[in-house]
Amino acid sequence: MSAHSHDAAVHRHESGEAHGTVGGYVTGFLLSAILTVIPFWLVMSGALGSTTLTAIAVLGLGVAQIVVQMVYFLHMSRRSEGGWTLMAFVFTAIIIFIAVIGSIWVMNHLHDHMMPEMTAEDARALP
Amino acid sequence: MALDGNLQQLVFGRLTFEAIPIHEPILVGTFAVVALIGVAVLAAITRYRLWGYLWNEWFTSVDHKKIGIMYIILALVMFLRGLADALMLRLHQAMASGGGEGYLTPHHYDQIFTAHGVIMIFFVAMPLVTGLMNYVMPLQIGARDVAFPFLNNFSFWMTTSGAVLVMMSLFVGEFAQTGWLAYPPLSGIDASPWVGVDYYLWSLQIAGVGTTLSGINLIVTIVKMRCPGMTYMRMPVFTWTSLCTNILIVATFPVLTAVLALLALDRYVGTHFFTNDGGGNPMMYVNLIWIWGHPEVYILVLPAFGIFSEVVSTFSGKRLFGYKSMVYATAAIMILSYLVWLHHFFTMGSGATVNTFFGITTMIISIPTGAKIFNWLFTMYRGRIRFDVPMMWTVGFMLTFVIGGMTGVLLAVPPADFVLHNSLFLVAHFHNTIIGGVVFGLFAGIVYWFPKAFGFKADPFWGKVSFWCWQIGFWVAFMPIYILGLMGITRRISQFEDTSLNIFFVTAALGALLILFGTLAFVAQFAVGYLRRKQPAYADATGDPWNGRTLEWAVSSPPPAYNFAFTPVVHDLDAWWDMKERGYARPLTGFRPVHMPHYTGTGIILSALSLVLGFALIWHIWWLSAMSFAAIIVAAIAHTFNYDRDYYIPAGEVAATEAARTQLLAGKVAS
Repeated sequence: MSAHSHDAAVHRHESGEAHGTVGGYVTGFLLSAILTVIPFWLVMSGALGSTTLTAIAVLGLGVAQIVVQMVYFLHMSRRSEGGWTLMAFVFTAIIIFIAVIGSIWVMNHLHDHMMPEMTAEDARALP
Repeated sequence: MALDGNLQQLVFGRLTFEAIPIHEPILVGTFAVVALIGVAVLAAITRYRLWGYLWNEWFTSVDHKKIGIMYIILALVMFLRGLADALMLRLHQAMASGGGEGYLTPHHYDQIFTAHGVIMIFFVAMPLVTGLMNYVMPLQIGARDVAFPFLNNFSFWMTTSGAVLVMMSLFVGEFAQTGWLAYPPLSGIDASPWVGVDYYLWSLQIAGVGTTLSGINLIVTIVKMRCPGMTYMRMPVFTWTSLCTNILIVATFPVLTAVLALLALDRYVGTHFFTNDGGGNPMMYVNLIWIWGHPEVYILVLPAFGIFSEVVSTFSGKRLFGYKSMVYATAAIMILSYLVWLHHFFTMGSGATVNTFFGITTMIISIPTGAKIFNWLFTMYRGRIRFDVPMMWTVGFMLTFVIGGMTGVLLAVPPADFVLHNSLFLVAHFHNTIIGGVVFGLFAGIVYWFPKAFGFKADPFWGKVSFWCWQIGFWVAFMPIYILGLMGITRRISQFEDTSLNIFFVTAALGALLILFGTLAFVAQFAVGYLRRKQPAYADATGDPWNGRTLEWAVSSPPPAYNFAFTPVVHDLDAWWDMKERGYARPLTGFRPVHMPHYTGTGIILSALSLVLGFALIWHIWWLSAMSFAAIIVAAIAHTFNYDRDYYIPAGEVAATEAARTQLLAGKVAS
């Protein structure tokens, strides 16, 4: 088992924390501010016309802002902490996706299989 | 009591003298015994002046080894409680199915099966798992402690506070009568108006803080504190399974916390999350709690798989077969365990598409588990197997767990599940996997690492007695339960009309009795080992009593406070085996001071305050809740001003400790 001596260059995994720069923080702040102002403007001016379209736009901009904050304020990148911050984030996102989408799917199905004319009042009257 | 009603309620909330169950002779008897033993223990501690020693060396300790041992002691104590519950249930069933009514009232019976489940999962299996990970994992990765030593102590005491709260429910008030997951609407305020469910909620919330924090702590330890050369693919399998388990803990326990908090809101402030009316939906509770609940069973069993991997490889004298596939199987189980939760409620009314999806994912998750079994078998193949006690537990596990796994795949078929749901077949299935998998694994681990922790081996004779009593006892206890389940008997009922069932319940009760003997023998092996600790067959002077393969066997038994005088450098998987092969020589000079964290009592103080907070919330003593909550915040902030957190063990002391070990290794002094 001593055949594995080729790795004499044993080194500690350099997994430094990513540190922000002033420029990075300023960029992040400006982008966040812009991404906050646009939805406000969309809602207050009603520029898009349809409420559905506005809601979708607001959600999309919200997601964009999450990404901006993660990159500029939480310093999430493939390099920081040896890739752990990104991996942890992707894992968290998958788990939340499974839990949320799965719950909606399951509960929707249950709802469809309830007795159709049953109302909350009927349910309350159950023994 | 001439107190005005309103004033009494203001001061004591719902707590009255009627809350103390003096009308239940069983509880009064239990209390008398507990009080007697408690007084005896306290008196002995006082008599031998151990309070200072316990407080200074154990309770306030931030040493991961001592915290690990305390976790395991907590778990074994709670195990005796959970086992007593099981025996009471089986005795009652044996009596009630024989034409009588049994000796337990339904109210009491329901509390016992709830307490049995809650205690066995949350206060036995979880502390055992956390305790073993705490003790072993830092040693396996060549670290001096966990990443956050104080947090570790705090986590332990929070878990203990939760356990104490459950135990208090025995003598003050009642425990939940809802089953271990407390489904609403039964656990709602309408159906369970008194304190039982509140004891359940707050004990789990308090213990959950500890579990989540220790999960974070151990992940950071594994990610950041591995010794040089220990890449991920050189980590021992137990460390790998610890990593995956803790990731599962951190990802899922918040779900449990949230769902229990919502139930608490329903009960305390009248919200309608899980009520039948007001727009609530109890089925959402079932859905959410199993999103936590299914990963939870893998939280318990993955570390056991890690232990089996270490034990099989050590006692077969071979490198583990298929290390990489073991790692990938563990990671695959970690992800897949999130995709199967609905199999716990196939019958709740989802359609064929949903049930089919979750049925198939459940069958898929058995594939990586099966792969692990083959890896262990191939590790044993042509190995020089030594049948010491940990290895016997491991072989017993493989025989037992495979049956449990197969009944699990059977239950994963939705149409079959419609027949077997909530039957005793299900009860037999999960006891088959949890006893055969988790308990056997953790017992193997405890016996395996016992000499490392204490410097002497447990007695092999009593160890084998324990193994055989458990192994046979399990089959005698649960095969009848499988049969009863197939005959359609449902779980959690206390009265049986049909006296032809009697023989099965009596057999099961006898099996449970064998398990009790196995448990007593399990404790006896440590007591006998202690009495014979000086004998050469028991004493462990080398620190490597089993001819081990991983780094924890490189240090003395028990390891010094600082674990490693020099941080080891790893060149291969099975680092210690590799070091032995290369003729590794312990460094005897050049010691340097070791940076260590100070012990602190803050963890125990915060947890004691949390216990008071939980008790006050359960009994609606609002002034006490507010005060204890404020006290927790103040104590936590005060601790941040404690700057005296670390010290150095002087180089001379390290040198002296290591010199003593050199003497021991040379056999110049008796251990």
